[in-house]
Amino acid sequence: MDRNKIRQEVEGILREVLATKVEISPETRLEADLAIDSLKAMELLAEVEDRFDISIPVNVLNEVQTVEDLVLQIEKLLAED
Amino acid sequence: MGIFDKFQRLACSLEEVRQNFGGFNVVIEKILSPTRAVVNGHRVILAGTNNYLGLTFDEECIEAACRAIREEGTGTTGSRMANGTYHSHLILENELSAFFEKPHTIVFTTGYAANLGVLSTLVNREDAVILDADCHASIYDGCRLGGVSVYRFRHNDLEDLEKKLHRLRKKNLHQNLLIVVEGLYSMLGDRAPLAEIAALKEKYGAYLLVDEAHSLGVLGKKGRGRAEEAGVEEKVDFIVGTFSKSLASIGGYCTSHHAELEILRYASRPYIFTASLSPANLAAARTALKIIQDRPELKERLWHNAYRLYQGLQKMGFELGPEPSPIVAVRFRKPEEALKTWRGLLEKGVYVNMVLPPATPDGSALLRASVSAAHTSEDINHIIQAFAHL
Repeated sequence: MDRNKIRQEVEGILREVLATKVEISPETRLEADLAIDSLKAMELLAEVEDRFDISIPVNVLNEVQTVEDLVLQIEKLLAED
Repeated sequence: MGIFDKFQRLACSLEEVRQNFGGFNVVIEKILSPTRAVVNGHRVILAGTNNYLGLTFDEECIEAACRAIREEGTGTTGSRMANGTYHSHLILENELSAFFEKPHTIVFTTGYAANLGVLSTLVNREDAVILDADCHASIYDGCRLGGVSVYRFRHNDLEDLEKKLHRLRKKNLHQNLLIVVEGLYSMLGDRAPLAEIAALKEKYGAYLLVDEAHSLGVLGKKGRGRAEEAGVEEKVDFIVGTFSKSLASIGGYCTSHHAELEILRYASRPYIFTASLSPANLAAARTALKIIQDRPELKERLWHNAYRLYQGLQKMGFELGPEPSPIVAVRFRKPEEALKTWRGLLEKGVYVNMVLPPATPDGSALLRASVSAAHTSEDINHIIQAFAHL
């Protein structure tokens, strides 16, 4: 799956999890801009795992600040599979 | 940006609670018995503790603790590795081994330290932990300290657990996988489907650690916990637990059939670099452990109370945890409703725990009521009536 497709999918998941039509760009920060707290982050992670059929270590969240960070992590995990 | 700026959001939430409800911090002004205290000026029934067998005021436990202080002093002033291993630490480890029928046991200074000490050491960056999403913070913190990769599965969701095990095994046939669950979950009071989890552990060649913090003395014919109740003790590699609930003291332990557990004494930083358990706490825990074995009627009384409270609240239409247990969780969709109910109960002489997100499993607010073997039938009636007349 190419990066653009992953990005589109992630943006869709974010809108579902946040239940709002918020503006999202690759630079959007998950915590600072979208107010994703630890609970929402876990919900997001579970959705991403199901949608891409991958397992994401919780630890990875420490390195994920923006939407693009998450996209790159998914790309990496898909490549490993 | 100042060093405290990161707490701004938390400070705002706290201020909101203070303004609307006058806060919810509780000081036990005077503790009177396992089930009675003075809280915020009210004499209350304590229905929000972890004193499942009601042993904190047991004469035998008190006497044993007092004797230990007179004979061994008030503190050990040292770590287990240095001058802090007393004969009584070893005796308690042996008694726990005999109780669980597991030959190797290590005692830690708290239950939190037990999870921190075991998980930070047992698994490392080469391994993977697959844990239930509702596991206690000490489990997450232990994993974080050791740097192991952590994968969460949805609470009690066997399909999700298997999906994760399957993916990890497919990727690496030889990686050490450790499944971590709790026997009885502290917030909703529901059990882990342990027989099925143990079967998955075998299928995927993983290890299994069960935290029996809330199930020791509560579940199983001999009170050994959920693993005993589910008939899978031999398949559980590590049992971790605490002395601060049914054993009415403070401290923690890990017990196992793996002889290699002993090496953790020389590698686990939370075991090595903290003062050891005090003689009074050791003596109280030892006595309570003996009482669990000698007085099975306490467990029966506890469950009798648990069923009565659960059914009483269920009849009134409260949204409760999924199954009856000594932890009866009442859910509220809005935190404001939970806060109002909590204050109303306090005024009617009942103290329960107030749990707000993010400490709750699904973001809802909870009132966590818990029963004790020391509650009388009248106490349970009083608690039910207090909920009825809010």
